[in-house]
Amino acid sequence: MGAATGGQRALTDRLTGFDLPTPRDWPVLRQLRGRDKLGRGAAVKSRGSETLTARTHTADRVVKSVCPYCAVGCAQNVFVTDDAVVQIEGDPDAPHSRGRLCPKGSASLQLTTGSSREQHVLYRRPHGTDWERLDLDTAMNMIADRIVSTRRDGWEWENDEVRTRRCMSIAALGGATLDNEENYLIKKLLTALGIIQIENQARVCHSSTVVGLGTSFGRGASSTLPGDLQNSDLIVLEGSNMAEAHPVAFQWVLEAKARGATVIHVDPHYSRTSALADMFVPIRAGTDIAFLGGIINHVITTESDFREYVLHYTNAPTIIREEFADAGADGIFSGFDPDKPGYDPTSWQYQDAFMAAASGQRDQEGNLTAQGPSGEGQSSGDARGKPELDLTLQHPRCVWQILKRHYAGYTPEMVERVCGIPQNVFKKVCRLFVANSGRERTTAFVHGVGWTQHTIGSQYIRAASILQLLLGNMGRPGGGVMAMRGHASIQGSSDIPTLFDTLPGYIPMPHAHTHHDLDEFIAGDAPDKGFWGNMRSYMVSLLKAWWGEAATAESDYCFDYLPRLTGSHSTYDTVMEQIKGTVKGYILYGQNPAVGSANAKMQRLGMSKLDWLVVRDFSLIESATWWKDGPEIESGEWRTEDLATEVFFLPAASHTEKDGTFTNTQRMVQWHHKAVEPRDEQRSDLWFTYHLGHLIRRRLADSADDMDRPVLDLTWDYPTEGRWDDPSAEAVLAEISGWDAGGELLSAYTQLKDDGSTSCGCWIYCGAYADGVNQTARRKPAREQNWTCSDWAWAWPANRRILYNRASADPQGRPWSERKALVWWDAEQGRWTGHDVPDFQADKPPSYAPPDDAVGPDALAGDDPFIMQADGRGWLYAPAGVGDGPLPTHYEPQDSPVRNPLHRQQRNPARQVYQHPDNRYHPDPDEPGADVFPFVATTYRLTEHFTAGGMSRWTPYLAELQPEFFCEVSPELAAERGLEHGGWATIVSARGAVEARVMVTDRMTPLVSDGRVVHQIGMPYHWGRNGYARGDSMNELSSMSLDPSSHIQEVKALTIDIQPGRRPRGKARDELVKRYQERAGITAETGMAP
Amino acid sequence: MSDAQVTREGLENVRPGREARIWSASNGGRRGEGPVDHPRSSYYGNSIINPPVWEELDIAGYLFLGGLAGASSILAAGGDLTRRPTLARRSRLCASAAIAGSLTALIHDLGRPARFINMMRVVKPTSPMSIGTWILAAYSPLNFATSASDLTGIARPVGRAAGLGAAALGPAVASYTAALIANTAVPAWHGAHREMPFLFAGSAASAGAGFGLLAAPLAENAPAQRMAMAGAVAELAAEQLMERRLGMVAESMRTGTAGKRLKAAKALTALGAVGAATLGRRNRVGAALSGAALVAGSAVTRFGIFAAGMASATDPKYTVEPQRARLDATR
Amino acid sequence: MGGSGDGLLNVLLAGGDPATESGYDDHPPRMGFFTDTSICIGCKACEVACKEWNHVPEDGLNWTGWSHDNTQGLGADTWRHVAFIEQRSPVGEHQSNFQRDADSFRWLMSSDVCKHCTHAACLDVCPTGAIFRTEFGTVVVQADVCNGCGYCVPACPYGVLDKREDDGRIFKCTLCYDRLEVGQEPACAKACPTDSIQFGELDELRARAAGRVEQLHEAGVVEARLYGHDPEDGVGGDGAFFLLLDEPEVYGLPPDPVVTTRDLPAMWKRVGIAAGAMLAGAVVSFVGAGRE
Repeated sequence: MGAATGGQRALTDRLTGFDLPTPRDWPVLRQLRGRDKLGRGAAVKSRGSETLTARTHTADRVVKSVCPYCAVGCAQNVFVTDDAVVQIEGDPDAPHSRGRLCPKGSASLQLTTGSSREQHVLYRRPHGTDWERLDLDTAMNMIADRIVSTRRDGWEWENDEVRTRRCMSIAALGGATLDNEENYLIKKLLTALGIIQIENQARVCHSSTVVGLGTSFGRGASSTLPGDLQNSDLIVLEGSNMAEAHPVAFQWVLEAKARGATVIHVDPHYSRTSALADMFVPIRAGTDIAFLGGIINHVITTESDFREYVLHYTNAPTIIREEFADAGADGIFSGFDPDKPGYDPTSWQYQDAFMAAASGQRDQEGNLTAQGPSGEGQSSGDARGKPELDLTLQHPRCVWQILKRHYAGYTPEMVERVCGIPQNVFKKVCRLFVANSGRERTTAFVHGVGWTQHTIGSQYIRAASILQLLLGNMGRPGGGVMAMRGHASIQGSSDIPTLFDTLPGYIPMPHAHTHHDLDEFIAGDAPDKGFWGNMRSYMVSLLKAWWGEAATAESDYCFDYLPRLTGSHSTYDTVMEQIKGTVKGYILYGQNPAVGSANAKMQRLGMSKLDWLVVRDFSLIESATWWKDGPEIESGEWRTEDLATEVFFLPAASHTEKDGTFTNTQRMVQWHHKAVEPRDEQRSDLWFTYHLGHLIRRRLADSADDMDRPVLDLTWDYPTEGRWDDPSAEAVLAEISGWDAGGELLSAYTQLKDDGSTSCGCWIYCGAYADGVNQTARRKPAREQNWTCSDWAWAWPANRRILYNRASADPQGRPWSERKALVWWDAEQGRWTGHDVPDFQADKPPSYAPPDDAVGPDALAGDDPFIMQADGRGWLYAPAGVGDGPLPTHYEPQDSPVRNPLHRQQRNPARQVYQHPDNRYHPDPDEPGADVFPFVATTYRLTEHFTAGGMSRWTPYLAELQPEFFCEVSPELAAERGLEHGGWATIVSARGAVEARVMVTDRMTPLVSDGRVVHQIGMPYHWGRNGYARGDSMNELSSMSLDPSSHIQEVKALTIDIQPGRRPRGKARDELVKRYQERAGITAETGMAP
Repeated sequence: MSDAQVTREGLENVRPGREARIWSASNGGRRGEGPVDHPRSSYYGNSIINPPVWEELDIAGYLFLGGLAGASSILAAGGDLTRRPTLARRSRLCASAAIAGSLTALIHDLGRPARFINMMRVVKPTSPMSIGTWILAAYSPLNFATSASDLTGIARPVGRAAGLGAAALGPAVASYTAALIANTAVPAWHGAHREMPFLFAGSAASAGAGFGLLAAPLAENAPAQRMAMAGAVAELAAEQLMERRLGMVAESMRTGTAGKRLKAAKALTALGAVGAATLGRRNRVGAALSGAALVAGSAVTRFGIFAAGMASATDPKYTVEPQRARLDATR
Repeated sequence: MGGSGDGLLNVLLAGGDPATESGYDDHPPRMGFFTDTSICIGCKACEVACKEWNHVPEDGLNWTGWSHDNTQGLGADTWRHVAFIEQRSPVGEHQSNFQRDADSFRWLMSSDVCKHCTHAACLDVCPTGAIFRTEFGTVVVQADVCNGCGYCVPACPYGVLDKREDDGRIFKCTLCYDRLEVGQEPACAKACPTDSIQFGELDELRARAAGRVEQLHEAGVVEARLYGHDPEDGVGGDGAFFLLLDEPEVYGLPPDPVVTTRDLPAMWKRVGIAAGAMLAGAVVSFVGAGRE
């Protein structure tokens, strides 16, 4: 099915005609005439073969595009004939993908032109039992009506007597698969409508990366690019299944191996990545901080750190306040309030200097769970006063000493007890780290969601960051922390966020209560040193971009138009609000929470309480059809007729059917051109948002109500083009990039002003449209430029490819090593030069020492490489910004079979948990009933599928490669439980029960942790009930339990039980789960205690 | 440590990823032992060659009928020359019917029967099916011509000449199919390529002669009787040799469906031969029964050989073990 | 006529360039694949890229439990097939602190494809000339000629060709003949993320492969060996050859394939003799029986 795509003739098609030779070229005669006497070659060539040619050769045009699947962002050539896409291939000119594509990228022709995409709007009326057709205009108008009325009903001017000016009754989810321009318009429109519950896949995938990297280095994005891995001496893949999830980027790991680099893969499950690694280290899921802490301890105790780097570029010498008390044996830092539960981080501060995270202080007053970079937010310090340093590192309260004490307990013996890693193996890893770091060599970390999706996820990233700072690997060739992100533009949807807690460019969303005006907001949230010192310029330029003429000094640049936060409004909080009945309208943009979000049951329950739901996608995903065929319908728990939710399904346009930019995993913003117009009622999200905006504005046109001003004053005029009046994506990109009062396009964020004379939709993207040239569309072939390829597309910030690259040079500006040169100070020219654009003021000499009264960037010295940090240093110790402590500490996952051997505190005390009958947690390891869920489950992706399956389960060429949901178990566990290879297993948690085919394999290995054998079960999570390849969803088992700083869910480590055989059908399925809950003695309180 | 460098000039010692080292020396010094303890013989028991996609009834039938036709043409011509009119006429008709059936089966088995004509596109000595098609192209018309003239009484001299022509091609028709199936990668067929022609020729002779015994009156069946015995002996002897030569692959002929069929075939052929020898000239019924047994024996032989081929193609061991043995012998 | 074919058939196993042997006077160099399985990451991009380019039908959902292989083998609807072999073998490393009987493990992955043999049985036995040798030395089934006789299917010593049931004809890898015609590389090689599939002039590939084996042996990977590279082997060398890390049969490949037509002259001889004997036997039967 769906195989014949494009309508062009490939060899087999071309030759289906019957070859009837004329008498004179009868092959027998040709045999006699020519040299091919045996009739095996020239003599028997048919006319079909004679006239054969490739459709890539005869195509009318080749359109430059970008793969819509993962965040590697492979460049594609789209071949078009007769206005139909006939072939999609890799673009050989691309520096990052070099013309290669993985199976998903290779299937993008079938994805976009195949028969599985919906062509028409579908409508389910309240209590309706089936879909009905609806024409697009009617649907758009109905949706506009509902938004207007639901917004009015749910409007909130104040919350606890504090101005909030917002609408709590509407929420949106999705954006990582969309273009930056689409996310920009969505955030712009919905924010103007007062909607704050705007979220996307970035929340559930890498929000903790943003917190971890942001607090440590200043920017919450990958510090490097896969292509730079070729320069590494050691590559440590941990929490990443790179060869499977990012196959094309993995070519750079092989490139490094070809040059002699060593590759280590640390993972609970032996994957295709492990198969290519030099060393595979099995680890118990959820214990990476113990492992990394052990290495940190090794580095410190053996003093094998890169001391010069540590002294000058990290906050190791910084002295911390007396009030600070380390976690110690009990595992709780000072400032903990068990009633919240959560931390007041004031005691973590620097001595005599106040480092506040950008939105930390405010937020903490109201809600202690969302600190600092508050989830997707950006970190920076508010450096009031000057930190006190001890360059001897001897002061008992200096960060170095605190670090040393904190990790003293993380010994090789302890690492083995916690992680199940043999001490000799662990020591070997330590040796490799040390041997491949320092002045002459560099080590790179590659991580993915294996690290991020934990109740302590942000601290996983922090731990790696600490190690990289100690070893001097940040900002240097072959070093850094490579965050492998999963969606085509999930980095972009964090930068230009469809996220609740940030505005474009990681400016924090204002919080309620004390933010009365712009000045107070800036005063409270912006530091005075580093580039965040210019936050007012970024903010005012954003307000100008949104409210144009209306945004004047007199109107306080319409700052008051922004809705305010009162704590966490993450997608999981939104689900609870839906269940409570606060949220009545929900828009899904290419996201499938009924399969992809933790505790799928809660997701469906939330949607079942809605008045209306809008789903924009390619096909009828589970989140669109739960009301007629979801698990609750199957079990008889719900009756379709009883469900009042009104559902609109709007078919979406594909990447080949619209212009726009994706931002890939290396912060590279790439333009993809529209190849063909979308068909029938398929439309881009840019089209949807733009026209929806106009429909809403038309309805409010005559309103005098102050709540409607932001919508009516919104700048919303974009030129339209094409058959369907798509707004010009290029115009939107230009607005994002920014212009000055004279309408001149800006080239760098340093040009932004705080007086309203500049307009810029996202300050870190300023310059993406410099000189009126679409910089993101540049495609200068890799072979024609140096290895950083800065003329291919455009990267934020300021087209820098490797962040913090000032740190690749010593304090005097010379490369630490001539074999690791990246940027260096050119004394003659008096500027920084090198392979990459310097991530530093180009003309600031290494010797520059700031005057005491200096503010902003000028307050940073010539050897302060971390220019977003208020103290210009990498943070080994985070005085603010991370909700659960200044230093990563090992806590067990929410559901774990093992008692925490390192600290008395079992779980992350500040984690976010939700009390709900459908979201029960498992007992503590030593409580009675704990053994009811004796095994650890971990989840991962397969090469052949994509996330929640929306773009792969409907694509036959991919579906056939991994047709069924399966679980991977070790032979030992199979023997213990009587599981049969190829048979079925039922897997149960307190949340649900699923069935999967059993794969018995040596790739899963048991571990001994704290004296007990721990069996781990691997589960890919791609499947659902719809599509071509179907199966149960792993997320029926997972729970909503979140990391406090980023609100990311824990799905990489949970406990379950597994039994042979298929799961019960109908009611019996729920009854089975209930029985398990009873046997385990689970109550509303279980697992809730801090 | 990597020998990659990024100097101020740029990247140095760049090498393509395809030169990546695997399981590098950093890995526990377990090098050099070579793989051990894992299934060596096959890939999940999957067949290595793809088994024939031929329909058994079509192709085994085609093999049998071709043999029957070829031999019958010879008997017909002989009967004609030696004034055995009944033997001649009935064998002639048998040959025509058989070859018609054979052609039908061949065409029916094509994935695109309408394209049978493409068989005439080329003459390929490397393809027994091509050569066979050309043989049939010459043989069948002669055969039909002689039968037609015999039935209608028109142009008898021409008909008789055609009959002699058909007889001349008869042996080829009867035996080329041996090369056809032997010229494949099917272990049981290719391995027997030396004996298969004799087996088929013998089987064909006993089938044709068997029909002669069945169809001709005692007065005319002397040649059929002798040819039947000769054919049967040849068939059985060739089969013995073949099984010895095949070694372990012969298992595919002794077991399963093939085993049952070939045992039955041998019994029928032997019985038919003995019957022909003892009753062939004395008792009309006995002669007929012996003849029927021989015809049946020949048919079952072809179906047995076909089944053996399928079995040997499906189980990878029949492909791997002989090749492995060959390699080990040369090492 | 067995004899007559015989003379001609002597060229069957002649060495030399197959395109020249097949009557192309001036033709491009012989092109082929070198599949280096040591760097295969089992992503199956080759399978999908091939299907997309050649419009090969998706052929059903069938979870096999053969590690990650749900394709099983080459056939009419699978022209590239990635094999997965899980082995307890001392060359891999797989150590937890749990003592299991074998703490060593490795995972072999290999992308199989039509070998485009120098001496191709499928091409030899094809009665219609549907299968032919191209000017690039590759072997292609011409779908406008093939009548689905199926003879090539059992003739192939590698089990590459098969009949597409709903179509009736035979299909296999064409080494993207249409792309080669316009100087483009085959879809699978173009997609391959790690260059495990390398396309190029066969001579150059053979040289590169020899170097690669040497390199791996130096690195201590003693089990690395080439398969199908040797012009002296039973099929005169493959146009698509491989670097393997274990015996061929482990990957589902024949250890020592021989083109069946190598024995065809002998077969024709014996067919001739058998036919002659049959005729002689008949004559004797009649002569002995005398006339009525």
